[in-house]
Amino acid sequence: MRRENQRLADLLRDDQANLLSGWAAEYHKYAEGRGLTRDLQAQQTSILRELEAGIRADGNADNFNDPAWRVLREVLAQLSTDRAAQGETADVTSGFVLALKRPIFDGLQRQTGGAIEGQIDVIWLTSAVVDRMAQWTVANYQKTREDIIVRQQHELMELSTPVIKLWDGVLAVPLIGTLDSSRAQMVMESLLERLVETGSELAIIDITGVPTVDTLVAQHLMKTVTAIRLMGAESIISGIRPQIAQTIVHLGIDLQGIVTKSTLADALRTAMRMTGHTVARAAS
Amino acid sequence: MERIPILRMGKHLLVTIQIDMQDQTALQLQEDLATMVDKSGANGVLIDVSALEMVDSFIGRMLVSISDIGRLLGATTVVVGIRPAVAITLVELGLSLGGVKTALNVERGMALLDANRTI
Repeated sequence: MRRENQRLADLLRDDQANLLSGWAAEYHKYAEGRGLTRDLQAQQTSILRELEAGIRADGNADNFNDPAWRVLREVLAQLSTDRAAQGETADVTSGFVLALKRPIFDGLQRQTGGAIEGQIDVIWLTSAVVDRMAQWTVANYQKTREDIIVRQQHELMELSTPVIKLWDGVLAVPLIGTLDSSRAQMVMESLLERLVETGSELAIIDITGVPTVDTLVAQHLMKTVTAIRLMGAESIISGIRPQIAQTIVHLGIDLQGIVTKSTLADALRTAMRMTGHTVARAAS
Repeated sequence: MERIPILRMGKHLLVTIQIDMQDQTALQLQEDLATMVDKSGANGVLIDVSALEMVDSFIGRMLVSISDIGRLLGATTVVVGIRPAVAITLVELGLSLGGVKTALNVERGMALLDANRTI
């Protein structure tokens, strides 16, 4: 084992109490006055233990992906996953790991009684390894957050495309939120399948909840309308707000041949007329 | 080569496509239909494609041309039972089958043809 590894490993083994208290004090600054939770205290001890094991296995910052660091990497990954799930910020999470630097430097100082000889190598080793640990933690934190975002996107997609039966033979899809290609595809598929299932002749696509209509959204709408016609049904687009009507005209989008209405109520009235229903208030 | 049968029902002709069509079969059908409309004096042609799971641009164009030929010979063509997946494929291929009448199922298609006849 190299000399600096030997010294750092000995320090981690012999001076544990001081390191832990110094670490807690340092973390206090990163976390804006918050102290350590019970979970973090447990993680501190296992991080110190696995760091020592890695150093004794001749690990250094350049080979952080080596088997020597495997257990430490797992401990840190667990730490970042937990913290991401708790909603902790990225800087406090990485700060927790970086807060280990100062107590180790203090410990090294105590170990030699202030002598400088050979100190630079140990300090460099410590600094590089702790930096790598912090990087690893942040990378994992990021990944956990991205996983959460992807899952939420998926859930949102499923939630936001209901096909409603409004009347016998009349279906409606209230679109809410931005219409991108994957959503448009999903809306089209579920609408067409419901058309076959229910044998409906008419579909109302309501875009009241779509914030902006650009050429791409218009193209998706046209495709859906064409597909509905191919199936042998008809469609009405409703919920076109004045601003959106202006945008459509400015963009030069051609919605000729498509029945459009300003509100869902208008669309339903038209739908009733097209399917041969009349609605009248009962005489009181 | 398989040949798609054309059935006669009163003043209408009924074609049910049960197999995945080869280009040659499609051309043959087009020719048979033209002859049959002329010979029988039918004024409606109903093509049921509900068993068709795959289409390409050739089949799409064929449906359009059958419809056009029918119109020239005085018969209205209705294509019924296009599946959702097929409809999406046709749209993605850029084929909107303009001028072709469509209906959800055979029953509705027949109703459409009957309604057309009275006009």
